[in-house]
Amino acid sequence: MKLAYWPGCVSRGFTAELHGSMEFVAERLGIELVTLDRANCCGAGVIAEHNQELADTLNARTFALAQQTGLAMMNICSTCQGAQSECQQRLDADSAYRAHINEVLSGQGLSYEKGKGGWTNKNFLWVLVEDYGLDKLSDKVVRPLSGLRVGPFYGCYVVRPKDRLGYDEFPDRDLYLEQVIEVLGGEVVEYDGARKCCGFPVITMNRDTSLRQAGTHVGDALDAGADCLVTPCPLCHLNLDMQQPEAAKVVNRDLGLAVLHLPQLVGLALGAEPKQLGMNRHIASTGWVEERLSSLTAA
Amino acid sequence: MAEYTLKVRRYQPESGEGPYWEEFEVDLDPSLSVLDGILQAKDRDDGSLSVRCSCRAAICGSCGVKINGSSTLACKTQLGEAHETANRRNGGGEPIVVEPMGNMPVIKDLIVDMESTHWTKIRRVTPWLLPHGEPPEREYVVEPESMIDITQSMACIQCGACVSSCLSMEVDPEFIGPAALAKAYRFVGDPRDAETKERLHDLAEDPHGIYDCTHCFNCIDACPKGVAPMDQIMRLRRKAGEHGIDDPHNGHNHETAFVKIIEKKGTLDEALLQQESYAPGVKGKVKPTKSAIKGLLGSIPTVLRAIKTGKARSLPKLIPGVHPKLPDGAQDEVQAIYKHAEEHREEFNIYIKGEEDVEPEPDEKETV
Repeated sequence: MKLAYWPGCVSRGFTAELHGSMEFVAERLGIELVTLDRANCCGAGVIAEHNQELADTLNARTFALAQQTGLAMMNICSTCQGAQSECQQRLDADSAYRAHINEVLSGQGLSYEKGKGGWTNKNFLWVLVEDYGLDKLSDKVVRPLSGLRVGPFYGCYVVRPKDRLGYDEFPDRDLYLEQVIEVLGGEVVEYDGARKCCGFPVITMNRDTSLRQAGTHVGDALDAGADCLVTPCPLCHLNLDMQQPEAAKVVNRDLGLAVLHLPQLVGLALGAEPKQLGMNRHIASTGWVEERLSSLTAA
Repeated sequence: MAEYTLKVRRYQPESGEGPYWEEFEVDLDPSLSVLDGILQAKDRDDGSLSVRCSCRAAICGSCGVKINGSSTLACKTQLGEAHETANRRNGGGEPIVVEPMGNMPVIKDLIVDMESTHWTKIRRVTPWLLPHGEPPEREYVVEPESMIDITQSMACIQCGACVSSCLSMEVDPEFIGPAALAKAYRFVGDPRDAETKERLHDLAEDPHGIYDCTHCFNCIDACPKGVAPMDQIMRLRRKAGEHGIDDPHNGHNHETAFVKIIEKKGTLDEALLQQESYAPGVKGKVKPTKSAIKGLLGSIPTVLRAIKTGKARSLPKLIPGVHPKLPDGAQDEVQAIYKHAEEHREEFNIYIKGEEDVEPEPDEKETV
């Protein structure tokens, strides 16, 4: 399997361990990644909030760069998925609008073509379940995460709005994290926050609202007995992990729950050591997860 | 006919007891609605089971409830479909869960107090026209085209499903919220209204206003009429930006900084975004405000922790502006797109324009 790969901004910035662990996991799974290093930021919904046509053109450029490789595109960020799907929905809705946007790109020798050879842009989570396949993933597991209690945390942008995100064709996209956790041998923790908002988009505008959301979800997962959370979204990771000590102050309780990026959880089951996956860089200690894993290895 | 179990969250204030769950067996065609199910249970099993309803056709907006955790209209959700949703994960045996709407106090069973929350918030945004000058002798005359933009926000039936689903309101009950802000856009976008700028100032400066929405899309999925309240909130932000309204919550600063950074660097310079959101142009141009200083100081512990673990130990992550540009002329391509966008701000609204028909499959006979 070979894919055009858009790592996004945050996965090479404050959550560099995500990009690193994705590369590790891709190699172990036998997925070849062709990085789109000329591509630009998806706009995270913020550019669209400022000027929708600008956001649509910027993302059309990324899609065109991916289509130039002749490969389907993969992203590793729920927010990239959502922001890009939003622009793609508008571009795909109307040929005149698409032509108008492509006119701007034509000066750069680029053009976005709707549905070109079945072209798609999918988050790693979707690729894993729909294209790679859970059976094949299961065959690759060398260290089943038996007994590890994992709370899924999706990130709004890969679950809503349903009519934009391909739920007609793939109605279970909001259950994939649970499926992956189970295939890796882990135990799914049911708690209230799995499909709720981490609060990150308003961290600079309304810190209290933002951190109260993060703190509540982490607290709920702890109360439900989670050993860790797993998320396909680095922006969620910023609020759930990097801001966790601050969130704990806002919700006025002790937290301290490891939050793993999706490729890290997969990587652990594929036999990687936590340090290879950059887990030592997290703010919320991953020590407990490591302890659980070493007891598994010993057993 | 099929049998379904409805698990209803009940609350009877006169009993002095707290809320409790009760299951009802109903026997109806899968194409009938969850509201039909509730009414059958009320008719057959317990006349005190309380629910608001009227038209039963998704027009009046009375029967907002939560079904399997999602806010919606009970009359618009079919029993068969609700049963399927309830059993997606466990494969069977799960009841259809019906609860009163969220974010509003429960009066009795499935009836919530719309007045204290929904209607109070709607009134908060001055939901009537504020034209200037003497009223015309007859009606205000406007070009039909100039009203198209607000038809989406006008489609609201005031059911409160979006309010019930709002994840910002869940943690900040003072948030003006999706229904009222969508209603606000209905007047901000109305060509007859003369208080556009004042309205935008009001909504941007309120600490629980347009910058309090977290983009969670829950209201978009909950709305039975396609109003997409979150999209209307984003349009309010866009308009506030166009009017140059500087809010005290760094909302406009954050947006402007984000857009400028991508123009300069192509990908996000997180350190610069942080600095510019709180204190734009600190390099001598603008004096940082009190809230900016508070925001920057507040982020110091997080930064220190990130340095300690090695998460933010490199220069580009710590010093605003060090982040690299895109390689090999790619940044020039991004800037060319920005240049074009200075003159182009088309807003393509699928609700209004619709989607083109999917191209027909090639005729099978021809391919043979």
